[in-house]
Amino acid sequence: MNSLVKYYLEIADSALILSHRLAENSSNGPFLEEDLACTNVALDLIGMAESIYNEAAKIQADGSTGDDLAYRRSEWEYYNNVLSEQPNTDFAHLMVRQFFLDTYHYYLLTELSKSKNSFLAAVATKSLKEVTYHLRRSSEWMIRFGNGTDESLKRATDAVNNLWRYTEELFKASEADLDLRDKGISADLELIKKEWDAKVNEVFYLSNLKRPENQFQLFGGKDGKHSEHFGYILSEMQYLTNKYPEAQW
Amino acid sequence: MSNMENQGPLWEVFIQSKAGQPFKHAGSVHGYDKEMAIENARDVYTRRGEGIALWVVPSSEIVAVSASESNSFFEPADDKIYRHPTFYTLPEGVKQM
Repeated sequence: MNSLVKYYLEIADSALILSHRLAENSSNGPFLEEDLACTNVALDLIGMAESIYNEAAKIQADGSTGDDLAYRRSEWEYYNNVLSEQPNTDFAHLMVRQFFLDTYHYYLLTELSKSKNSFLAAVATKSLKEVTYHLRRSSEWMIRFGNGTDESLKRATDAVNNLWRYTEELFKASEADLDLRDKGISADLELIKKEWDAKVNEVFYLSNLKRPENQFQLFGGKDGKHSEHFGYILSEMQYLTNKYPEAQW
Repeated sequence: MSNMENQGPLWEVFIQSKAGQPFKHAGSVHGYDKEMAIENARDVYTRRGEGIALWVVPSSEIVAVSASESNSFFEPADDKIYRHPTFYTLPEGVKQM
């Protein structure tokens, strides 16, 4: 596969799957305002994914569309990070996952806005405004969890401990990524890792949270290897396209 | 929607649509703190480009005229039409009154 298409899919798939998880929370939020806020974030992410899918389809030039890429691939053909597919176990899990990925997206898009690839630079610049707000919101929630009740601190701690094992993958470059790095197209993940660490440490400090000591990490999303949850996500997400292949909207 | 009773205090939301325009009451939101209130206000009331500035005010801090007092507050103004500038023609340049 063309390196550029693969790199586009890594970014777009992660945004799409995270967006789907947030959309699952629609009508299940703790209260109306939070419900709307979550779906707003989901819409921002799907907007970013859509424009990248359309561009990837254009490069592939095999007659497939952005929608085909989003909805008509098999499990091992999605390259999203495994963190984005982790379930909404409780509100703390949803928000800790969001905080980790918002922080990642913020620094990733900051770097990509300087990419030599003008399409990526434009998408990154546009989405960065949205992600800046997402990060502000999820950071505030982390701080609120940590300084709220014993229960909120415990739930946030559990979520951090459960999700930490998927964070290192964000910074492990795929072959496509490294291939594009030399051309000034993809973002330097080592640099982003440093910034991510600094931001997470800062927010953890304000939230009375600790970085987990267990260093065990899971990888695979960028190679199309996913967690057990992923098949369920696809079967729900692709239900409509499978049942009504010619559906239009 | 669980925990309806536990969604934090109420805040009133005011939006300014353009620079120089007055802030208008848009509705209310729940929020545990100032940050959450202004973020919720942004997500609930400004998704479609409604404004360029936003205020939230704790609803409990708003002083209102009670229904029983409203007659003495407002009715005396009803029969004093000479207080309205309706006897003047507005110059053409005036867009808002």
